[in-house]
Amino acid sequence: MYKYDEIDQQIVDERVKQYSDQTRRYLAGELSDEEFRPLRLQNGLYIQRHAPMLRIAVPYGMLSSKQLHKLADITKKYDKDYGHFSTRQNLQLNWPKLEEVPVILAELATVEMHAIQTSGNCIRNITTDQFAGIAPDEVIDPRAMAEIMRQWSTFHPEFALLPRKFKIAVSGTKQDRAIVQAHDIGMEFYTDTAGKLAIKVWVGGGLGRTPILGSVIREHLEWQHALTYCEAIIRVYNLHGRRDNAYKARIKILVKALGIEEFKNQVEAEWAHLKDAPNTITEAELLRVGKHFETMPYENVAANDAGFDAAIASNPAFAAWVKRCVHAHKQAGYRAVTLSLKPHGKAPGDATSAQMHTVADLAMQYSFGELRVSHEQNLILADVKISDLFAVWEKARAAGLATPNIGLLTDIICCPGGDFCSLANAKSIPIAEAIQMQFDNLDYLHDIGDIELNISGCMNACGHHHVGHIGILGVDKDGSEWYQVTIGGKQGNDASIGAVIGPSFSADEMPGVVQKLIDVYVKERTAEERFIDTVRRLGVAPFKAHVYNKDLSTKTDEVLA
Amino acid sequence: MSNLIQLNTTSSEPIAKIAENNWLTIQLPASTVEARKQAGKVVLFKLTGEETVTDTQIADTVIPATGKMIVPLSVFIARKEALLSRITSGEIGVWLDTHELLSDLVKNQPDLNVLPIIAVHVERFADGRIFSLGTLLRTRYGYKNELRATGDVLRDQLFFLKRSGFSSFLIRADRSAQDALASLGDFTVPYQGAVDEPRPVFTRYNRAV
Ligand code: HEM
Ligand code: SF4
Repeated sequence: MYKYDEIDQQIVDERVKQYSDQTRRYLAGELSDEEFRPLRLQNGLYIQRHAPMLRIAVPYGMLSSKQLHKLADITKKYDKDYGHFSTRQNLQLNWPKLEEVPVILAELATVEMHAIQTSGNCIRNITTDQFAGIAPDEVIDPRAMAEIMRQWSTFHPEFALLPRKFKIAVSGTKQDRAIVQAHDIGMEFYTDTAGKLAIKVWVGGGLGRTPILGSVIREHLEWQHALTYCEAIIRVYNLHGRRDNAYKARIKILVKALGIEEFKNQVEAEWAHLKDAPNTITEAELLRVGKHFETMPYENVAANDAGFDAAIASNPAFAAWVKRCVHAHKQAGYRAVTLSLKPHGKAPGDATSAQMHTVADLAMQYSFGELRVSHEQNLILADVKISDLFAVWEKARAAGLATPNIGLLTDIICCPGGDFCSLANAKSIPIAEAIQMQFDNLDYLHDIGDIELNISGCMNACGHHHVGHIGILGVDKDGSEWYQVTIGGKQGNDASIGAVIGPSFSADEMPGVVQKLIDVYVKERTAEERFIDTVRRLGVAPFKAHVYNKDLSTKTDEVLA
Repeated sequence: MSNLIQLNTTSSEPIAKIAENNWLTIQLPASTVEARKQAGKVVLFKLTGEETVTDTQIADTVIPATGKMIVPLSVFIARKEALLSRITSGEIGVWLDTHELLSDLVKNQPDLNVLPIIAVHVERFADGRIFSLGTLLRTRYGYKNELRATGDVLRDQLFFLKRSGFSSFLIRADRSAQDALASLGDFTVPYQGAVDEPRPVFTRYNRAV
């Protein structure tokens, strides 16, 4: 992974100094709340229900063992001994003290980490596929470009105060795993007909209050121009995006208001001036950064391992884990492992400091000292030898990190919600926990198969509920907490936004509602059909009918009778 | 004491100094037209291109007969004929709001370097359009003279303003310009190219792997 040189280190060190002084001035009354707000936000510090929250950047999800050990120590020393891995591949602390943030940043800087631009109206952490560099279906490893873009976006003076937050995702696979269409800018890398690295650029996607999938603004962009083209897009947005209403300030609203054709014309006109400007990426720079992401020093091992096969045959629990949590790898004899942060009955994405230390040790011992955070809020060991899988499983299981539910119903994506977030309409974590307990039967979960359930506590959509196969949204009705349910959302190349099934439910009803949706699926599915396929084939109606008590089973019985 | 910070031009001096403000800023008289409301809020940030200044306001703007002064863009455009000799003698600068269009300025004043000073007024410090405006004035329109940030100008934005091509900063009256000076040097080696240093770090340095 990328290692800092003196220049990178100097920037984070100077940042610590700058932010410490800003905090000092705030506490001394020299900065008003309003003036301090964007400063702390651009440093990932939210003021929330109980305490501030601090979002620490994990650039494109990559972490070293050393960094994770440090994060564990920080949660122990400055927080309540746990942290929350977010859908944007970052780590969030729920209980830091505002006064201690400068010290936390100083600690982070010692392991080449920071909280720069993890929040606020600026270019945020650039996200990508958690299997970058190792996925068998990968065309291009997007991480070098992601790092180049990280550096370019860090304290970019022209885009320091945009109308609203700005999220960029990059992807280098045919099967999109980075939800590029749900980002302000999405970049899909591919090899063009001339055999050169090229980019398909999407713009104007985003979830939140007005969910919109992005439009293609350019089918083919040579890689050298990635930065200047983004500058053209963001300049048009910076100048013309709405600033009068925070809910209409995202670039997606501007793109929609102008229409993609007109927006594209304006961007291209701007880019005509910026093309080949000094921020054009050089071959040498791509090579330099690319060196940090060269393939790992893999051992030359056989594609199969007898011990592994025997363990699968004799140990159903291990076999179940392998089925859900172990993923294909481009290197023969290696696999990627997902460590589940979704044990049943716990807040999705939370990890204790002890768990973080365990994962850091596992990564050190079995996966070249590196790991990744996925946007599904799990941790990934990317390079594990097949012959080591059993040992990894045993250790992960002892630490509560081996729930074999990846991609299953209880692998819930969930925002912090009303327990922590002051914008929430409703709590989301207890709903996730209740659903996990309702389906706390692994055989049943495996039978239900691949499904994604996403929960957001309000329409800001931090839990990506629009693209969940089942989406749950907290709504406020006369001051009490209710939940609206959508089905048929999906991420990926064939992304779609879910449809609302009807009036909302109380918290108590939710596990039952999900149960009914699953019942309809189990009853109606054809062989090999996933939940989402059944929903797409049948539409919302049969699900709606059953959930709202026009009992499906009796109806069919009547027909049969 | 003056609240104006001016960048020094030679590298032997510190980055910037406190300087006397020799320019009088001409304000438009208050408008009697009610501000348009939208979603219950006063629209502070209009979509670009919207007419914001009335003809009456322009006609009623008082411009003293002598001295160096910075006039509003709308007044400059409408009353350019009358100001022509003073423009030629370098007594007139122009200021614009962040929602006003640079194209209107260059349409009426193709050679911007006739103007000794252009000021961009930022109503709220969080309005980042000022950075794009500065960048465009310097890189697209080749403006070389004093470029000043005025309005809600605070020290924590100075570094970005400087990188976007601004050369002077009129710090909000209730804040100390002396204190603000320190923030101009927040970062020694920025990553990306911008107005003050067009080369990104990867072409400026031979960065080892
Ligand atoms: C309690 C702290 C949080 C607050 C106050 C907060 C606030 C917000 C707001 C206001 C938005 C909507 C912005 C807009 O669309 O205009 C948003 C979007 C988002 N948040 Fe959060 N959030 C919080 C925590 C989180 C966490 C913990 C995650 C990850 C698990 C997260 C992930 C996201 C994502 C992915 C979006 C983007 C949806 C989109 O593309 O529009 N947020 N957040
Ligand atoms: S979706 Fe709403 S409730 Fe959940 S974290 Fe985001 S802002 Fe808070």
